[in-house]
Amino acid sequence: MTTEAGESLNNLPLGQKGRVTGFSLPPEQRQRLLEMGLTVGAQFEVVRFAPMGDPIDIKVRGYHLSLRKSDAAGVFVTRL
Amino acid sequence: MSSPATISAPPPSRDVTRHVAIAGNPNCGKSTIFNALTGLRQKVGNYPGVTVEKKTGRFFGSHGEAMELLDLPGSYSLQVRSPDEAVARDVLLGRQSDTPRPDIIICVVDASNLERNLYLVAQMLELNIPIVVALNMVDVAEKNGIVIDIMALREKIGVPVIPMVATKGTGLIELRQAVSRSPLPSPAICAQMPIVLEREVMTLAKQLPVAQEVARGEALLLLTLHEAALDDVTHHDRAIIEATKAAQQRLVTAGIDPISAPVDARYDWIGGICAAAHHTGDSHFATSISDKLDGWLTHRVWGWVAFLGMMALMFFCIFTIAQVPMDWIKAGADALSKWVEGHMAESDLRGLLTDGVIAGVGGVVVFLPQILILYFFLGILEDTGYMARAAFIMDRLMTKAGLHGKSFIPMLSSFACAIPGIMATRTIESRKDRLVTILVAPLMSCSARIPVYTIMIAVLIPGHSSMQKALIMLSMYILGAVVAFAMAWLFKKRLLKGETPMLLLEMPPYRLPSWKGVALRMWERAGLFLRRAGTVILALSILLWALMNYPKPANTEATKSEALAQSLAGKMGHTIQPLIAPLGYDWKIGIGLIGSFAARETFVGTMSQMYSIESKEDEDIGPLRDKMIAEKRSDGSPIFTPLVCIGLMVFYVLAMQCISTVAIVRRETNSWRWPLFQIAYMTGLAWLGAFIVYQGGRLLGFH
Repeated sequence: MTTEAGESLNNLPLGQKGRVTGFSLPPEQRQRLLEMGLTVGAQFEVVRFAPMGDPIDIKVRGYHLSLRKSDAAGVFVTRL
Repeated sequence: MSSPATISAPPPSRDVTRHVAIAGNPNCGKSTIFNALTGLRQKVGNYPGVTVEKKTGRFFGSHGEAMELLDLPGSYSLQVRSPDEAVARDVLLGRQSDTPRPDIIICVVDASNLERNLYLVAQMLELNIPIVVALNMVDVAEKNGIVIDIMALREKIGVPVIPMVATKGTGLIELRQAVSRSPLPSPAICAQMPIVLEREVMTLAKQLPVAQEVARGEALLLLTLHEAALDDVTHHDRAIIEATKAAQQRLVTAGIDPISAPVDARYDWIGGICAAAHHTGDSHFATSISDKLDGWLTHRVWGWVAFLGMMALMFFCIFTIAQVPMDWIKAGADALSKWVEGHMAESDLRGLLTDGVIAGVGGVVVFLPQILILYFFLGILEDTGYMARAAFIMDRLMTKAGLHGKSFIPMLSSFACAIPGIMATRTIESRKDRLVTILVAPLMSCSARIPVYTIMIAVLIPGHSSMQKALIMLSMYILGAVVAFAMAWLFKKRLLKGETPMLLLEMPPYRLPSWKGVALRMWERAGLFLRRAGTVILALSILLWALMNYPKPANTEATKSEALAQSLAGKMGHTIQPLIAPLGYDWKIGIGLIGSFAARETFVGTMSQMYSIESKEDEDIGPLRDKMIAEKRSDGSPIFTPLVCIGLMVFYVLAMQCISTVAIVRRETNSWRWPLFQIAYMTGLAWLGAFIVYQGGRLLGFH
């Protein structure tokens, strides 16, 4: 479900903080992200990229979560 | 048998007063608590029908009452995505036939990662089972500047909360007391769902043919399943599924998303708890030691250096340090064999004991040190949190081959043995990725191939430096890995098309390993390995010995080689000779190959049995290597030419020759289709590889 399209998580630079605004992902994947704490409104920080540039490591709800850029493309965010 | 006068103890299962389950997210220290409570009173088995490992242990409550502790697989949610998680859910819902619904759940929570860990607690509370929250690693949380108000937490969650440092044993007594309480209070609080959703949940709950206390939890789980998953549900009637879909439709019309609404509700509830009981200093976004370490260990350059260095160290230890105890085991087996020969008159039984049992089983037990070292390293990599980094670093490369970052661990484990490797694929949620990983894992050179490589290299270049030998060995490992990735890519492209599923990887903070936990795991794996050596391999060794010694030649004057040629094994070797002649093999190698389809490591034993049978007549007791070098064809040319040696090694790199692996693939994929396919494609590849080496080499003028 897309609430408000905006910038995608995969486009954020290193060190950028942001807030989740919506998703454009199949239900199962969306549910998994939600359950890992990446809910609409959750704040996060882009912490690092893997040596080959992908996946991305973000800090959300006090822990590190890494996801691929292709999946992160379906997560809409606003910069903080 | 005990005499009637003795009072025998009642069977242990009757002693159990309470069934306790322990659950929690991965990396929360659940195993440490499980080990601390149960010590060595653990049992590893399987749930019937599925291959999810069932780990149980006995422990004692604060009044000495025996309790059974069930270790549920670590998971982030009760929403099922893997067979492991399905079992956990089924046990908690009382749906797993052989396992009683637990009387109480110990829900382990990582205090330094409270918010996300509480999500599973929120779901557990909806199941209406008494819960104790084991708030583990409070020391780490404190160090990170996190202050947790235990009283407030208890009040907000409504269940006992025990602060713990499991690695130091802190809080264990209190935890025991909490699970020994009688009666156990059921949880009274759980996350408040939106009213419209709650109404649908209750309506659906009434239609479910399950016990009243689990109905709400089950209804909520059903309602939050997406359509495809709902269609896969087998434990409910179609009517229930249709009712669920209709309810979901009504919710969507009312503006409530059944997928996200419950998750949001739970995290809102958690937010309230954290606001009251959880205070972080300024360190929320600050750099911790772990973050600094990651700066190096996942660095663009140093990350690779560290990764390759660690892999190199592991293999160095597996192949060098292990050599010492391996030599001891070999010497022990030889001494035992000599002792038997010295104390028994020559007979079939003596031959069976020395050539069959001792040579066969000894040849397998010799790998125990390597397997122990591998599990030592895997245990440490897992415990410290480095495994997640390895997946993080490798994911890009693995996805290029159509695999998954999480395929890396199974593939790496397969270097020791494909069986734990294939079992480790359970962490891969996507069925297709898991299947591809299972299909290619046995291509990674396992430790059972080492003796084959070793003997063939010794025959190929006798007397060369160990450096050159190591290089040839390494190239065999590389060949296996390259073919594994190529085949994975091919399977993903042709056979198991589909989008690459998502990767969601938690990167836990680095921690010191728990030595006790690592030791326990090594102990457990050694036990499983030895049991296999004592059963499957023992039986095979005896069978092979019999095949090579019977039927006895009618002519008592027959030489030992003639006897071997006339034995069942000799006949089988002759039968497959036309198939293997293009590879340059004679019927004796054929016997070795036949034996190897049961287990590769029997090749060396078979060859030495074969040559020792022959050599006894001229009392030549040189090492197997010299016998193989001296082995001639009927025209006088040597059999083990360089091309045959290399071809044979390539055959062993690629062939599926392990009955235990076939059995495990059958169990893991739940059908004969995949293991049979695997045998076919790997054997085909092996034949082709050996053919190319032998015939291609000859065309190029080698011999």
